[in-house]
Amino acid sequence: MTEPRLIEISPVTRVEGHGKVTIHLDRDNRVAEARLHIVEFRGFERFIRGRLLWEVPVIVQRLCGICPVSHHLAAAKAMDQIMGVDVLPPTAEKMRRLMHYGQVMQSHVLHFFHLSAPDLLFGFGAPAERRNIFEVIRQNPELGRRAVLMRQFGQEIIEATAGKKIHGTGAIPGGINRNLPIATRDRLLARVGEMEAWAMDALALARTYTLDHADLIRDFASFPSSHLSIVRKEDGALDLYHGAMRAIDATGAAIFDGLDYRDYHKVLVEDVRSWSYMKFPFIADLGPDDGWYRVGPLSRMNTASFIDTPLAGAAHRELRAVTGGAPNNATLTTHWARMIEVVHCVEKIAELLHDPDLQGTDLVAKGDRRAEGIGVIEAPRGNLIHHYRVDENDQVTFCNLIVSTTHNNEGMNRAVKDVAVRYLSGQDRITEGMLNHVEVAIRAYDPCLSCATHALGQMPLQVELFDATGALIDRAQRGA
Amino acid sequence: MSDAFAFTIDGVEVPARPGQTIMEAADAAGIYIPRLCDHEGLRHQGGCRVCTVKAGGRSVAACTQPAAPGLTVDSETLHIQAMRRDLVEMLFHEGNHLCPICEASGNCELQAMAYRLGMTEPTRFPWLEPCRPVDASHPDIALDTNRCISCGRCIRASQDVDGKGVFGYVGRGIHRRVAVNGPDLAHTDAAVTDFAMSDEVCPVGCILRKGVGFSVPIGERDFDHKLIGQDIEDRHK
Repeated sequence: MTEPRLIEISPVTRVEGHGKVTIHLDRDNRVAEARLHIVEFRGFERFIRGRLLWEVPVIVQRLCGICPVSHHLAAAKAMDQIMGVDVLPPTAEKMRRLMHYGQVMQSHVLHFFHLSAPDLLFGFGAPAERRNIFEVIRQNPELGRRAVLMRQFGQEIIEATAGKKIHGTGAIPGGINRNLPIATRDRLLARVGEMEAWAMDALALARTYTLDHADLIRDFASFPSSHLSIVRKEDGALDLYHGAMRAIDATGAAIFDGLDYRDYHKVLVEDVRSWSYMKFPFIADLGPDDGWYRVGPLSRMNTASFIDTPLAGAAHRELRAVTGGAPNNATLTTHWARMIEVVHCVEKIAELLHDPDLQGTDLVAKGDRRAEGIGVIEAPRGNLIHHYRVDENDQVTFCNLIVSTTHNNEGMNRAVKDVAVRYLSGQDRITEGMLNHVEVAIRAYDPCLSCATHALGQMPLQVELFDATGALIDRAQRGA
Repeated sequence: MSDAFAFTIDGVEVPARPGQTIMEAADAAGIYIPRLCDHEGLRHQGGCRVCTVKAGGRSVAACTQPAAPGLTVDSETLHIQAMRRDLVEMLFHEGNHLCPICEASGNCELQAMAYRLGMTEPTRFPWLEPCRPVDASHPDIALDTNRCISCGRCIRASQDVDGKGVFGYVGRGIHRRVAVNGPDLAHTDAAVTDFAMSDEVCPVGCILRKGVGFSVPIGERDFDHKLIGQDIEDRHK
């Protein structure tokens, strides 16, 4: 008789950076269940109530220290709606776009070089003491130098548009609070050529890795799923800042397309499960079992019809060719997709820096107040939804946030289970290398829960192995 | 002027006229004495005590104590600096001063004073953590009294300059705080054109003119590039 097995989920106090994987084995030491537990108690949806609407973009960006710009801009876009502004002055929109491209670039570079490069360069089962950015720098100083300087460039773009590298104040309801001085523009332009070259090298690295390890990647946390993002409304091009919602199924067929993101709540439902504090969004028409989907760089490669910058556009076509144009569902291909987006961001940054609209002085638009606003953006980790209602006194009465990691909840759980079954099933002892395989699968999604590990790859991850009687066989833990 | 006299602040001779306070004479001489409740154009109150100096060996508020011939004033001693830092730190503990999300950040005199006095992190006293609802009832003005430091500048501005009585103190002792003269701000005669509502009167992010928010970029705010009091010190450079 199988003993009842109960996994206790202990909430962790950090909003981000803490995860727990639980793996249940049956009597034959085979994986019966594997789950990624994220106790992502943000609390922002509640304590933002009562605050004044113009404070919101500044407050909610504190959700994250890695991609605060995404929350800043998603909230600002929602507040634009509340201020009755549907079209920003060109200077405002382009300054925000510049900020966002700088943000996506630095976040992706951080993830690829600082977090994932140790796995990719040294192997998933390499000794733990080698799997960190310092070893990358030691073995390849030039690569490490570029990692630091590319992040610096992205952060300086953010500083130029938001006033600070982290947690600035650039976007305000209806516009932006600054333009780009000529001197700042020229300082950034002087470096953009080098950034483009380095981005292309990073893209080549990710592409080569993916193609050279095709056998591994084909089977590692690879499973069919739907994909969701916003794309440019007019032509379906990749657009990280604004667009219409598009969802496709595992075959590439549209589930919905051209959807005004202000209607997101008509197509998405958030499911609650007893074992996780994070909700499970799904596409309403498909139901909770079949309606889950993935978001993020790989999903965007699948949903976007094309990329409108030449270098990233060509890379996108090459990635799509690997699967013959069908959606690519191999989790680890996300690294390649991520580097395509870095190239795209640098190309867009160069394009914008040459645009005289950035020196314009019409910064804020006004309109007729509305009671509700929804802002959606493609954050580095995927689609991000901010939804607010505001009363006649300018105070927030309702807030709903669906962050990328939440969209990817089911996908990450499937990835964890896939890797657990493949690498742990039948084992009676967990090695550190096995543990890292689970981490590699989670890490490919660059979830917010891994924020705390970004510096040294020390994800505070705990894996517990139970036998069929529910007894704890082994536990491996790091960095808690 | 025949009645003019001199006294010293930290050993520096300062000219003064009869009727001038220590702070007024110091300001005129380009010597900054820290202050929060005092504001040019408002009557002196001597409430916050951040301007405390030793005058003739006694602790006095420089904003209310008259200068006197031959008076010896100590202002920037280590002891007085530490005491001022304690006073400012206690103000942080009394309210909810979340600088990272406050629109007054960069223009806030409390924040600027903390930087000037070397207080970077309030850690030593119990947090009172007030929980006061934001009063956003007025169409043009919002009040977040969680950030109020009870300096009373708005009370004096409303009464003495605007000829109104929008604000007043209620409660006693530690419970004393600034309140509006009505159930909420919308039910007072407050107007956005009042001097009391101007951004120079409230030293913190308590009285907010609606819609201003974060429209001034980082780098262009009052204290982004200079210390509080530096304008006074620069007068005689």
